[in-house]
Amino acid sequence: MGSITLKNVSKVFGEAKVIPSVDLEIKDGEFVVFVGPSGSGKSTLLRLIAGLEDVSGGQILINGKDYTNNAPADRGLAMVFQSYALYPHMSVRKNIAFPLKMAKLDQSVIDKKVGDAARILNLTDYLERRPSQLSGGQRQRVAIGRAIVREPSAFLFDEPLSNLDAALRGSMRLEITDLHHQLKTTMVYVTHDQIEAMTMADKIVVLNRGNIEQVGSPMELYKTPRNIFVAGFIGSPRMNLLDGAYAKSKGAHTVGIRPEHVTLSKESGLWKATVSVAEHLGADTFLHLNVDGIGPMTARAGGEFGATYGDTVYVTPDDSKMHRFDDKGLAIASPLTGA
Amino acid sequence: MARSVTTRQKVIATIAAWTVGLIIFFPILYTIITSFKTEPEAIAGFSLIPSGTFENYITVQTQRDYIKPFMNSVVLSVGSTILALIIAVPGAWAMAFSPTKRTKDILMWMLSTKMMPAVAVLVPIYLMFRDFGLLDSRIGLTIMLTLINLPIVIWMLYTYFREIPGEILEASRMDGAGLWQEIVYVLTPMAVPGIASTMLLNIILAWNESFWSIRLTTVEAAPLTAFIASFSSPQGLFWAKLSAASTMAIAPILILGWFSQKQLVRGLTFGAVK
Repeated sequence: MGSITLKNVSKVFGEAKVIPSVDLEIKDGEFVVFVGPSGSGKSTLLRLIAGLEDVSGGQILINGKDYTNNAPADRGLAMVFQSYALYPHMSVRKNIAFPLKMAKLDQSVIDKKVGDAARILNLTDYLERRPSQLSGGQRQRVAIGRAIVREPSAFLFDEPLSNLDAALRGSMRLEITDLHHQLKTTMVYVTHDQIEAMTMADKIVVLNRGNIEQVGSPMELYKTPRNIFVAGFIGSPRMNLLDGAYAKSKGAHTVGIRPEHVTLSKESGLWKATVSVAEHLGADTFLHLNVDGIGPMTARAGGEFGATYGDTVYVTPDDSKMHRFDDKGLAIASPLTGA
Repeated sequence: MARSVTTRQKVIATIAAWTVGLIIFFPILYTIITSFKTEPEAIAGFSLIPSGTFENYITVQTQRDYIKPFMNSVVLSVGSTILALIIAVPGAWAMAFSPTKRTKDILMWMLSTKMMPAVAVLVPIYLMFRDFGLLDSRIGLTIMLTLINLPIVIWMLYTYFREIPGEILEASRMDGAGLWQEIVYVLTPMAVPGIASTMLLNIILAWNESFWSIRLTTVEAAPLTAFIASFSSPQGLFWAKLSAASTMAIAPILILGWFSQKQLVRGLTFGAVK
């Protein structure tokens, strides 16, 4: 069991209202990702759930019970930190065993649980090493192991992969997702990386300046962003946001066109554009274009689309997948059902 | 690109370093040399070659007992250090991990007590020691040495504790460690190198302290610093014997310092390098 409910939770640091007021429902077994730019309050929100910070107002319920004023250890949650936060003077075995030792379990039970966790995380051969003798990925696995053995009602991850290199980040992403499938425990995961959010989450919570901008599944956020902030934040490369006459002609203040929702041609199309940068990724080519009368724009072409700096291409947006926003930045109508 | 160093530069730097080192060490070296001279030789004038007599050491040991002040020095320096650590560890811990608006002020206030010349409080402290019967007692001097070194001990420990990442302590809190378990299992092992070098430095400071040791003791609690001073006595100044006594007084701490220099240097530069 691991449901978490935030009711009207707020946090004030001195004068600064870091989190004005947040309501959120996290269901048992869900993988929820808090995503947002730095300073959006996502880490603070996680630390409030963990109990490492005291709330300034509101309630935190875990499994329906009020834990707002309980110490971190009493909440039955386990946390994985960005810096791993391993105990440097203890071996891997002792690191993983630490929460069990604190819970005063029998040594035989501790040994068994540590052994099981090590097996799940491929750490069996490293149990007698110190954290300083491990690679970044292994350290992160030890931190996860320390969280697993407690059998918490939920795992809290605070940007756990941001200290790893890109390749390792990709494989750890898979490992954590796989772990979630095995354990079926609630996971709350904080990241600023929208790719991590999209690939791992059952439910994404997009935060901006301490406010929840939108909550939904990755594809919901991708297809129907509620406002310009979410539209710009979810999706890579970023959605093109165009103001001006063209937007007006579509009955909007701003229109959003994802780079993958345009047709590119070398012969003809709606807009004429010049290539300023072409990024050839193999499978895809991202073209950074200067569109006549519109301005800069990014477009995705197939890997075979040979275009380089200075070439002229023609761009035609897919109207059926266009997003429209009013002057307050709110989405006007669901682009896929309407228009 | 690494900066290239020519052999000539290396030779010059080495000579310069040895020169500076020798200048700093010279007073100690000359004390040791003088201790092997006869009394007339010692007064005669500058000379680096002693006649190599052990007479002074024998005289120092037979005339006055070396063992007693030595034991006093050990008890006083170790005792005051342990006492200081018992007070300073929780104090520095609290200031490093739960700082308030006033923490910096408290630290400055403690340091400010070191800015005052000790002689300014000599009379009141002497009178207090007299009234409480603490004159020439090990307990009295231990308390005194604890108090005069406490600000430095707290400052050093505070700096060490500040280096311990907060996330690790938060992790231990999440893992169910209470305050006491956090201190015993997580904080202390991580702070041991810092505590060890603080301890070493404080032992050295206490061992070498002479202002209060000489003034608050006579015979029973007199440590080695008072022992040395006693050789500049009313009967005359015996330089060779004084040097022999000094050499015997500084030898233990010099050896301790020599063996723990790695630890000490790490301690003194802690925080400067990651």
